[in-house]
Amino acid sequence: MTDNLAADLPVLEEGPEIAAGEVLLRAEHVIKYFPIRSGVLLQREVGRVHAVDDVSFELRAGETLGLVGESGCGKSTLARCIARIYDLTSGSIVFEGKDISGYSRRQLRPVRRELQVVFQDPYASLNPRKRVGAIISDPLRIHRAGNQDQIKKRVQELLELVGLSSEQINRYPHEFSGGQRQRIGVARALALKPKLVIADEPVSALDVSIRAQVINLLDDLQDELGLTYIFIAHDLGVVRHVSDRIAVMYLGKIVEISPAEELYERPVHPYTEALLSAVPVPDPDLSAARKQIVLEGDVPSPISPPSGCRFHPRCRYATEICRTEEPLLQLRGSVGHMAACHHPLSNGATPAAAESVVPSPAD
Amino acid sequence: MAVPLLDIRDLKVTFRTDDGLVRAVDGVSATLYEGETLGIVGESGSGKSVTMMSVMRLITDPNAKFEGQVLYKGLDLMALPQAEIRSIRGAGISMIFQDPMTSLNPVYKVGWQIEEQIREHEKISKQAARARAIDLLTAVGIPNARERVDAYPHEFSGGMRQRVMIAMAVSCNPDVLIADEPTTALDVTIQAQILNLIKKLRADFGTAVVLITHDMGVVADMADRIAVMYAGRIVEQGTQRDLFYDPQHPYTWGLLGSIARLDRPRPRRLAAIPGLPPSLMRLPEGCAFGERCAHRFEACAQQPPLLDRLGNGHLDACYLTEVQKHARRDRTIHPELVEEKP
Repeated sequence: MTDNLAADLPVLEEGPEIAAGEVLLRAEHVIKYFPIRSGVLLQREVGRVHAVDDVSFELRAGETLGLVGESGCGKSTLARCIARIYDLTSGSIVFEGKDISGYSRRQLRPVRRELQVVFQDPYASLNPRKRVGAIISDPLRIHRAGNQDQIKKRVQELLELVGLSSEQINRYPHEFSGGQRQRIGVARALALKPKLVIADEPVSALDVSIRAQVINLLDDLQDELGLTYIFIAHDLGVVRHVSDRIAVMYLGKIVEISPAEELYERPVHPYTEALLSAVPVPDPDLSAARKQIVLEGDVPSPISPPSGCRFHPRCRYATEICRTEEPLLQLRGSVGHMAACHHPLSNGATPAAAESVVPSPAD
Repeated sequence: MAVPLLDIRDLKVTFRTDDGLVRAVDGVSATLYEGETLGIVGESGSGKSVTMMSVMRLITDPNAKFEGQVLYKGLDLMALPQAEIRSIRGAGISMIFQDPMTSLNPVYKVGWQIEEQIREHEKISKQAARARAIDLLTAVGIPNARERVDAYPHEFSGGMRQRVMIAMAVSCNPDVLIADEPTTALDVTIQAQILNLIKKLRADFGTAVVLITHDMGVVADMADRIAVMYAGRIVEQGTQRDLFYDPQHPYTWGLLGSIARLDRPRPRRLAAIPGLPPSLMRLPEGCAFGERCAHRFEACAQQPPLLDRLGNGHLDACYLTEVQKHARRDRTIHPELVEEKP
């Protein structure tokens, strides 16, 4: 009888097959401004937060792109634009060959099957009044991916896939620890067999030992299911561990994008250099021996970002051109290594244009 | 040996709850000497914050019960009346917390909050207190301190707020600064600024620091001695070099192995610790780490005491012999590097 029912339900249609290594997603000149309104009745727009400002990149099937940067650099906003949680101010998102940036909610439905998000806070992203089974089966029911028995079976599979036991299906989120909750979030994201998973700081809220467990889980799932990841984190160690390529963001822009190992061995942008040198190393001798670059000041407000290169007020190598002219993202050094800087570092040390550089007295 | 500035002796903290007794801190002993930095490392629920909050007598929960002694310059803080504790807080021992926004009062100007603290402990005029506040804000690296002294906390960024907290904490020249995850809420570049500031204050004023953190990288940068806590107990304690270059306890190995490090080749997998920390309401008999430990054997059914097993002041709570530890350590911390060796 159940078999009959199943036959009546629409089957999940597969999206176009995209082989590993081909472009799965392309972001083109993505801009997202948030208006700042003021006034009681008329709500005039008095300014704009330049959250994401002209970002372009490509993502190939099967790879992991790491997005790093400090709070407020726009990495989460970019992710939400890609998942179309936010509408873009301008630019386009091409996913599986289709420009989804103008899609309506209805048009987005099939896209959402292929593109899922895992959020940072597993306490906030799971409904506390629903049982785990209902949380994970929600996407399956919304997309009518089978009858009740099939859905139940799939939920049990998913729980085991993420390392939970299928007996836990009737529990509530509060009965789980932080790491287990994040596993539930992962199971929900994988329910519809997506191609692309955007993980927005998936391990930042977790303790070190649990963090390693979840990272290993995401790694295994990628191998098993051939997933493509966009992995957002502010922990540079974690990003290096999971990523094939890494994009560094600063104040709404990608300042450097490169294959992972290359970025850590030969950073080209002074911001990347400073960011890497600020990460504490769990080795006292190394920690004492290495030269740390401490950036002065805070990240400027994205409401009125600095002219020219947005990093220039904090950059040790900044010169006149940096104040006036915005550097473009261009190829530096090896294949696929791009940076937006007027004085790119060579060999990860001195800027290529060092002669013209006046060191700031702040050093 | 010199007399320690702060001497915690067998501190136990329990909370009575509807579901049973929570053993948050279960027999912690530690010392802090003048001018040194003690790092306390552990994950959420390991008891590191409760230990130091108890030292400051900041836990007012009526269901909390304290045992043991905390000697500060010979005075037992646990036995002092609240009024006397207040005179020590801020002037003798002060504390900064993870989230500066919740520790600053949002409706008062930051200058006023620093002045209040100074005037509480010293007989000093309003003008003099204000001048001190401006000096302090300058010392912690707040640009334009003369104007910023009249700003409210929300007008500062996270890093700047933490600087204000530090200015307030050191305003009365305390002997001990307890920093509870002072940089956890901050970005790495700002974290580097704040850690450098703490180093500078430590050098300028000789303040002893207790640094509570979950980040092994931060203690590698800052601490002279380190205590590793797990499930309310110290499982290993030693100098910074001991902990990083000769770690003895399998939990410390697990912590070191779990980090995705920038200074090592990228392993295929991280050496994660399996399982979860035990519930503090139902601590297992024997070693609390036993359930998650790959090296567990019969002896572990009894709780291992924290002892100086190497005879050099490096304490650990693990029954494995020195030879066994030596043989198993590297395999646990970075299995892949060991495999590749011929």
